[in-house]
Amino acid sequence: MPELDQISQGIGENVARVDVQEKASGAALFTDDIQFGSNLLHARIKRSPLPHAIIQSIDISQAERLPGVKAVVTGADFAGRIGLYLKDRHIFARDRVRFIGEPVAGVAAISEEIAEKALDLIRVEYEPLQPIFHPLDAIKPDAPLIHPDLGSYEVVNFIFPEPGTNISNHFKIRKGDVERAWAQCTAVVEREYYIPHIQHVPIETHVAVAQVSHLGKITLWSSSQSPFAQRDLIAKTLGFSPSDVRVISPYVGGGFGCKAGVTMEALPIVIAMKAKGFPVKLRLTREEEFYTNFVRQALVIRLKMGCDQAGNLLALENTMYWDGGASTEYGVNITRAGGYSSTGPYDVPNVKTDSYCVYTNNIIGGPYRGFGMSELHTGIEQCVDELADALGMDKVEFRLRNVVQGGDTLATGMTMHPTGIKECIQKVAAAVDWGKTSKSTEPYLKRGKGIAIMWKAPAMPPNPGSSATIKLNEDGTLLLGIGGQEIGQGTFTVMAQLAAATLGVPVKAVRIAKPVDTDYSPYEWQTVASRLTWSMGNAVLAAAQDARRQILAIVAEAWKEDVDDLDILDGVVISRKTEKEIKLKDFAVYGIPKENFEGWIGGPIFGRGKFMPTYVTGLDKETGQGKRAVVHYTTGAQAFEIEVDIRTGKLHVLRAAAAFDVGKAINPELVRAQMEGGLIQGLSSALFEQMIFKEGTMQNPNFVDYRIATTVDLPDEMMTFIVEVPQDDGPFGARGVGEHPMVPTVAGIANAIQDALGIRMQGPPFTAEKILLTLQSQEEKKG
Amino acid sequence: MADQIVQMTVNGRLEQYRIPQHMTLLRFLREMLALTGTKNGCEAGECGACTVLLNGEPVNSCLVLAVECDGATVETVEGLTERGALAALQQTFMEENAIQCGFCTPGMLISAYALLQRSPHPSDQEIKEALVGNLCRCTGYERIVKAVRQAAQA
Repeated sequence: MPELDQISQGIGENVARVDVQEKASGAALFTDDIQFGSNLLHARIKRSPLPHAIIQSIDISQAERLPGVKAVVTGADFAGRIGLYLKDRHIFARDRVRFIGEPVAGVAAISEEIAEKALDLIRVEYEPLQPIFHPLDAIKPDAPLIHPDLGSYEVVNFIFPEPGTNISNHFKIRKGDVERAWAQCTAVVEREYYIPHIQHVPIETHVAVAQVSHLGKITLWSSSQSPFAQRDLIAKTLGFSPSDVRVISPYVGGGFGCKAGVTMEALPIVIAMKAKGFPVKLRLTREEEFYTNFVRQALVIRLKMGCDQAGNLLALENTMYWDGGASTEYGVNITRAGGYSSTGPYDVPNVKTDSYCVYTNNIIGGPYRGFGMSELHTGIEQCVDELADALGMDKVEFRLRNVVQGGDTLATGMTMHPTGIKECIQKVAAAVDWGKTSKSTEPYLKRGKGIAIMWKAPAMPPNPGSSATIKLNEDGTLLLGIGGQEIGQGTFTVMAQLAAATLGVPVKAVRIAKPVDTDYSPYEWQTVASRLTWSMGNAVLAAAQDARRQILAIVAEAWKEDVDDLDILDGVVISRKTEKEIKLKDFAVYGIPKENFEGWIGGPIFGRGKFMPTYVTGLDKETGQGKRAVVHYTTGAQAFEIEVDIRTGKLHVLRAAAAFDVGKAINPELVRAQMEGGLIQGLSSALFEQMIFKEGTMQNPNFVDYRIATTVDLPDEMMTFIVEVPQDDGPFGARGVGEHPMVPTVAGIANAIQDALGIRMQGPPFTAEKILLTLQSQEEKKG
Repeated sequence: MADQIVQMTVNGRLEQYRIPQHMTLLRFLREMLALTGTKNGCEAGECGACTVLLNGEPVNSCLVLAVECDGATVETVEGLTERGALAALQQTFMEENAIQCGFCTPGMLISAYALLQRSPHPSDQEIKEALVGNLCRCTGYERIVKAVRQAAQA
């Protein structure tokens, strides 16, 4: 136990991660590591082999009779619909199936082998329906309806489905007059991009264990970014009260959005309801992780952008068709986020946006690190480059001229807050020696530079809440209770820093209460949207201030002093007036005796705090206009220098630079770690990643055929820059940066390819093969 | 399927085990010995999260049947930690912030340890090649490579 007289480490310091020792020794507990003993049952899922079909019959009688099988469930057992923003999904398919991989039946057995065997004994008869695999086919007037009952689904009030079509949300912006503006433009570009499906690829696949007591109370252990949202959604769907469901969530082995909301976690619960008392585990195989769970939805984006002779952007028309897949319960809000941020980080006076969420018979699209933004900026940032080229203007200069600034009126009518995006642009441009050409020694190696910038707001309902508790222990350490999840981003460390700095104790004296447990942890909406440092951070500050007030009041009473003369430094309460001091551990729980044994002062100290943004307003359904669409925007930029081998098409990154305005870096090294990890994930999606489907069946659900970046794909040099323009409602001025670092990467690489080779690749991935083929077809055109 | 009696030294402790013939070394370590530091990421030998030392060599434990390890020596992250073998790497992984979600970390540490055993002063290229089979989705690898380099210099 460290003595609490160590030097307090503050805000903006590179405190070591609080979870690092556990994680470096194999001691860190993940969901699959919890030991449930010999009563553990293993669940497996029978999945739809068809993309779109009516379920005619399901016969489970043989499976039920197989020795070792404890429960078999189908959609017939559970009628309710589930979904975060739009309740359009059954836990198990009922009347029809809508994608290959959709759960049709579930089995729990005493071994995985028996459960698998039981799946083979389940007979399902289907009547195939016409499938739709492309959003542009799905919006045709004569397209078959994938959700004929869309009009009857429960939906939140900021999502606008169009019943009788395959459109589950249509978000619009109408600002100014784009038609008139085109006439004033000197340069106009009009482009269409297709961004394919990709997968999050956490190294830990989804895993959940459910146990239902004989009184019907549910306990779920899950690898989750959203224990509280899971409790709420699952309870409501099954007709329980949220407080009848308990979700316990230990460390998460990578999330990136795919472990947000509810995906597979309800499956073991409803199976366990038929095997009461037994813990029932469902762990997805890597193949299932690829083709049955949330993926990043594909996008068709049509952009028209124009500027005047001086290079001022005048108008933007953005039409997005999101391939939401078979359910868009989460995807409808991706469409909305893409809509309200549809200009990218630019000040554009005339804007027309139509963002459509479209049902298809593809896999279900869900939130993926900065949802909607990588896809959107891939289009915007290539168009901006083309406009600058059309005017013969430098691409950095063009961006600096048009970039959004504090005080600007955004496309939604919101007033922009101060932002450091210009500094971000300048930093990354300088880092790659923008404007200077560099040449390779070999004639077949072509070099180029590219830049791309971004913005992103936390995309969430207007009122997601955070709360925190602080309990002082007998030894003077404090137990910090939070409901946000450590998914690798370092939030436990940042929260410990915030609590320590506010209370006046060393970071080492802060313990995080874990695992997150909805019965014991304070409420947190979800670990998503890069919102924890900001939102949960505010709650932690409030809780620490509350505990601090209690501590000082006790000591002031005992010493008969004014609280204003007291302070807490390194776990010791001191008086600046009388120079008295007392260690927290000497009174934290038991209090302070009064003089002459005349009684006691104090008692256990328990601080609490909350935060909820109360100032986000609705947006008009027809125009997208409103006072404040979002809480804030984090902005940033990346620049690249690349080299392409024109004999093979292979691309290598020589230099990569990233700069983001995080308001205030609570822990700069953790911010840089996010910038690097995001950049490589972005680079991976730019160069390699695409889920390949053939009639709805994924062709590459493994790491050999779906390649992600490895050590050998690293840039020669990666540079990161922290910009700090404070956020007025953030703790110490901080705003989030977890998602942003992968947003501009695809566009930045595309722009660098254009600079190196003179070719526009449009949509990713820019594989060596695709680059080579594009080069060859260009040669043929010339020839 | 039938069980088989196997003698195996796991983390320095020789014992006799009755193991189902189809059980992988990964499942044996996690499910029968509760050595859950070894992670299950794909069960196809493609992600490296289940890397352990088998007779001193790094292997994907998901591709090895436990009964094949009769007479063998197996070391996991827990055992290597206890005997201090990973201390230098663990220190530099912590210092360099080479750990985020931590799921790939045990496998990564063991691959790096095996590299440093056979090549105490590797070049960056050697480090990258030694870790190419260990996937990490969080860190972007740069800090991992740096941590291994630092441990080699320590």
